[in-house]
Amino acid sequence: MTQTSTSDVTPDTAETQPTGTEPTETVMETVVNIGPSHPSTHGVCRVVVHLDGEVITHCEPIIGHLHRGIEKMAENRTYLQVVPLTDRLDYVGSMYANWAYCRAVERLAGIRVPERAEYIRVIVCELQRIASHMMGIGSTGADTGAFTAFMYTFAQREKVVELFELLCGARLTYNYVRPGGVSRDLPDGWVEQCRAFTAQHPSAMLEIDDLLLGNVIARARLKGVGVLTQVDAVAWGTSGPIARGSGVDWDLRRDDPYSVYPRFDFSVPLGDNGDSYDRARVRVWECVESCRIINQALDQLEPGSVQAEGLPRLLAPRPGDAYDHIESARGSLGVYLVSDGSPRLYRMKVRSPAFCNLAVLPLLAKGHTLSDLVVILGSLDPVFGEVDR
Amino acid sequence: MTLLWGFLWGVASVATIAGGAILGVWWERKVSARIQMRYGPQQIGPYGSLQMIADVPKLLFKEDIVPDLADKAVFKLAPLFVFGPVATSMVVIPFAAGWAPVDMSVGILFFLAVPSIEVIAILLSAWASHNTLSTIGGLRATAQMISYEIPRSLAVLSVVLLAGSLRPLDVLSAWQWWWAPLTFVGFVIYFIASIAEMNRGPFDIPEADSELVAGYFADYSGMRWASFMMAEYGSMIAASLFGAVVFFGGGWPLSGAAGVVLLVIKTVLIMTAVMWVKWTFPRPRQDQLMSFCWKVLTPLALLQLVIVGAVLPWL
Repeated sequence: MTQTSTSDVTPDTAETQPTGTEPTETVMETVVNIGPSHPSTHGVCRVVVHLDGEVITHCEPIIGHLHRGIEKMAENRTYLQVVPLTDRLDYVGSMYANWAYCRAVERLAGIRVPERAEYIRVIVCELQRIASHMMGIGSTGADTGAFTAFMYTFAQREKVVELFELLCGARLTYNYVRPGGVSRDLPDGWVEQCRAFTAQHPSAMLEIDDLLLGNVIARARLKGVGVLTQVDAVAWGTSGPIARGSGVDWDLRRDDPYSVYPRFDFSVPLGDNGDSYDRARVRVWECVESCRIINQALDQLEPGSVQAEGLPRLLAPRPGDAYDHIESARGSLGVYLVSDGSPRLYRMKVRSPAFCNLAVLPLLAKGHTLSDLVVILGSLDPVFGEVDR
Repeated sequence: MTLLWGFLWGVASVATIAGGAILGVWWERKVSARIQMRYGPQQIGPYGSLQMIADVPKLLFKEDIVPDLADKAVFKLAPLFVFGPVATSMVVIPFAAGWAPVDMSVGILFFLAVPSIEVIAILLSAWASHNTLSTIGGLRATAQMISYEIPRSLAVLSVVLLAGSLRPLDVLSAWQWWWAPLTFVGFVIYFIASIAEMNRGPFDIPEADSELVAGYFADYSGMRWASFMMAEYGSMIAASLFGAVVFFGGGWPLSGAAGVVLLVIKTVLIMTAVMWVKWTFPRPRQDQLMSFCWKVLTPLALLQLVIVGAVLPWL
């Protein structure tokens, strides 16, 4: 690590200089490595930060520390064997990757999913959205030093994780959504537990909102920090709460309706200023909206099969390709599949919202202080399993 | 003889801080756990009170890591210089009327001034670590601790004005119950500025764990790390004790041994408030903290001083 250097002394510094800015004699720059192992990089991200005093002149996220080659590994596996791999993409929201992949497979192979399975998928994915946002909001707290807020959100997340544990036995990597449906039906009493959760969750969200986002210091830390304009949000391809925080009214659940979402009444919360505060706020209200969706889905849930009938053990779709996307907690998550007619995938490509959202970090962090960098990074809520894949 | 007594009081002060830190860590774990809907330690001893007995040997047996590029002599000595001033400042605090370990005519000035030396030690430890994050932490600590000296001293000055003396024993004997409401704003300023002085949350910006990992002591381990920890708890204990004496009249209304017990209770209450604040609030940014110091706390402390000055001729 370079202690303090003028920009042209060490080769390491010169290498990471932003292109187009000639280093001048008078600027004393400090180069700081945030990460790859750091309390607020939310995984393993390395951010090379060029500081003038404490003000960021340039920063660059260096990704790939968690690269496991999941897209390549998928090429050696059958269609069903890829589902556990997708669990490891966005490990805070495994259900989404499961579902996005399964939708692409279903589109490729022309599988019709039973209605009950679609409802269950919607329910678990909305629960997953809550669990994921609890992580996002909580880490906004932890990044600003409000660790208690983190514990409060994790208490809520824990309740969701317990529901998932009842459902499939796993707490993090569920492997629950499968091509053609879901792996098993809801266990006895699960619906009642889920209703109990959605009944208390909105009030818990209000409490967390009050504790964290209502706090005068938190507001000072979050408001006006990392402003992403609506134009930039679209231009950089952001999606999810990051785009909606900037006022981009785009939600795949409503704008490219899939599954049974058209049957539900819900609204899409939007931010005004596109700062870290608005992004956190959008997440809070999305959790409340998710509760509404879950309640409606539980009301409309009818008995029936949860797996498509007559599905072969070994899927071998006809040659061709398919793309499908869903609205994950981080934005539009797309999966592109190519089949060559064999039982193994020919190619998988994941359009990862966390990756696209992370790209705006240098744009947002410039001119802010080091303290703001962790807040901005936290407000983008990246999950590096999905960024690096 | 004086030297011997001085030595003994020094040892007593260190022992008080060490013992207080052990109890303080347990208490903080319990308080923070309750705030965060947890139980905290409960396995070792009643209510987990012997947890620190398990933790201290762990710290003792840890490897003493000194980074290769560190300025080794300074790196090794800095923790002592962080802890020393805090322990030194403790000795002037009076525990009961007519009884202070060291009776000093400028005791209050001494208490406010000596812990400031800690800043230099923190800067040394930060610089010697040869770590960018540590350096940033050390510089933040310097700016913060020097700035917060001013509202803190001004707040205490209002009580000094009322007592007409810088001798802590005189302040204690002259203390009247109505001073507490009169100087309440001063106490709040003292409370906030003390938190900034001891680098505790929410003003733990120099060691901000989410930004600088641990700031100036990021590279320390084992007992050297523990002496930073002890210094932090030591200044919390000292500041709470001093606040209880100056702003709440020590053992008032009791006297003698009962008064000392009451003083300890008041101190624990102030310490609990310090913990409560830490585990509730997020951390402000450095520039926000500095502008809060200079634009809010310092004018308020001056206003408090003016109010006390206006009341004084009517006494």
